[in-house]
Amino acid sequence: MSLSGERHALRKFTDRAFSASCVLATIIALVPLFGILYYVAARGIQGINLDFFTQLPKPVGETGGGMANAIVGTLKLVGLASVMGIPPGVLAGVYLAEFGQTRTGSVVRFSADVLSGIPSITVGIFVYSLVVLASKTFSAFAGALALAVIMLPTVTRTTEELLRLVPESLREAALGLGVPKWRATLRVMLRTAAPGIAVGIMLAVARVAGETAPLLFTAFSNRFWSDSWNEPTASLPVQIYTYAVSPFEDWHRQAWAAALVLVSLVLILNIAARVLVRNRVKK
Amino acid sequence: MASQPQSLVRSRPKWLKPFGSEVNWGDAIFRALTLLFGLCVVAILGGMALQMLKASRLSLQAFGLGFITSNAWNPIQDQFGALPFIFGTVVSSLLALSLAVPISLGIAVFLTELCPAWLKNPVAFLIELLAAVPSVVYGLWGIFALAPWMREVVEPALASTLGFLPLFQGPSQGFGMLTGAVILAIMITPTISAVCREVLNAVPGALREGSYALGATRWETLRTVILPFARSGLVGASILGLGRALGETMAITMVIGNRPEISSSLFAPSYTMASVIANEFTEATGDLYLSALSEIGFLLFVVTLILNIIARALVWRVARLPEGGRL
Repeated sequence: MSLSGERHALRKFTDRAFSASCVLATIIALVPLFGILYYVAARGIQGINLDFFTQLPKPVGETGGGMANAIVGTLKLVGLASVMGIPPGVLAGVYLAEFGQTRTGSVVRFSADVLSGIPSITVGIFVYSLVVLASKTFSAFAGALALAVIMLPTVTRTTEELLRLVPESLREAALGLGVPKWRATLRVMLRTAAPGIAVGIMLAVARVAGETAPLLFTAFSNRFWSDSWNEPTASLPVQIYTYAVSPFEDWHRQAWAAALVLVSLVLILNIAARVLVRNRVKK
Repeated sequence: MASQPQSLVRSRPKWLKPFGSEVNWGDAIFRALTLLFGLCVVAILGGMALQMLKASRLSLQAFGLGFITSNAWNPIQDQFGALPFIFGTVVSSLLALSLAVPISLGIAVFLTELCPAWLKNPVAFLIELLAAVPSVVYGLWGIFALAPWMREVVEPALASTLGFLPLFQGPSQGFGMLTGAVILAIMITPTISAVCREVLNAVPGALREGSYALGATRWETLRTVILPFARSGLVGASILGLGRALGETMAITMVIGNRPEISSSLFAPSYTMASVIANEFTEATGDLYLSALSEIGFLLFVVTLILNIIARALVWRVARLPEGGRL
């Protein structure tokens, strides 16, 4: 009896220890998150001022200046990448959801999954040899193309998954009214799934907004305004990198400020996506 | 069509035809159009492989297999060997994996088995946020917060306790293999734990309940029932994380020290494949130099491609197990 009691106590102890270690693992993983958010907020605030948003970078050694061109550059890059990446991604997702139960469908789905796991820096090399070598200049267009390639598989798979969630009865009702399949898909299925897809797209946009590696040798960087899509273009992530590894105190300050802007952007997109999803679930 | 009463046909819009009466060109075009964009995804993947192979042709011809076994990296004399970078990438990624897998598994178990319902979504969201923070911000934090902490606290502590191992000898520098691995581990944890969660959720509830009904504790249920069922998926999740770690660029470039040396000490600076591309690609003068960097990228591409294929296959296996898994 006492033996079984001891065994019971041991089993109970093991179970407690196991549960505690799982809780501990979760806490350990969250420490860096709060560490980063704290650092970015505390140091970033010190670097933020009006100049940061309105001035061009100063030459090496001079303090002051800002990152106006990089902020605009990031918006330009992400905007063009969205234009190039979202419509093809949505259509490819429609293909997978509507006609994807074939062998071709599996190949497309598989390629999308694999493509989303490819390191972003190799996408940079790909676009470099495809666009930059051909046009002989780093350009905003090349950078946006690299970001679009990174977005494409995410948008595709999100669209497919959300279209699959739309009840089949809606489609049947539309087809029953004599609507052709393509109109039923576009006007009924896609429209019903649209808010969810929009959330998925927001997350994809948030992800590419912070991408640095593929921009290093596609969009490159620029100390001045870039007037056309065919010139090297500054962007916040590349600017953070350049400033962070530099030896200048004032550049470090600006790197933190830029990080604050970038992280705020990403966080806002993520939280907004979260809120939108929750509101939909509540309805 | 002919069988329809004339009046009814006239009252319909033109595009509306009786169901199944003839080929609907709208549908055919729509299908072809979406297929085109679907194939776009395949074409990009294939085009990437071809383009990168083409870009690394010079280097492949010049060095052959010697490229991955030589550690001579001397751009001035056009000598290129990728061994130090392969070493740095493999060691930092495996080290990161060994740190991240237990933590991720703990998170996944916590979220699927232990966590009260009200806490589940907030915690899962915070873990996801960890994946949303841009790589370059990790790097910035790594330079100014993590590396000094590693230099002043973690590395001296390791040296004084485990210093008899060659792994933990040498000066504490902060910027080196260990710091790189830690930052990689933080970055791949959300990926691994998300896939682990998915896999654990795919384990049929009846198995779990059966085990509890027999009087097993949570730990016993996990060890004897859930883990065996989910094993291949959990391995797949780890491989997916490994793929992420291998290709991660900015954060590790900023903290690993960027010195192409193979050292037995984890405190020493190292260099990874992705880092050397990031640092030297735009400065590469000469076609052979550029080609050698492209070949490193190509190797990275091929390895992550293979790892992703294996990982997807393993994860799919758990999710696809027949309903016969239920009693």
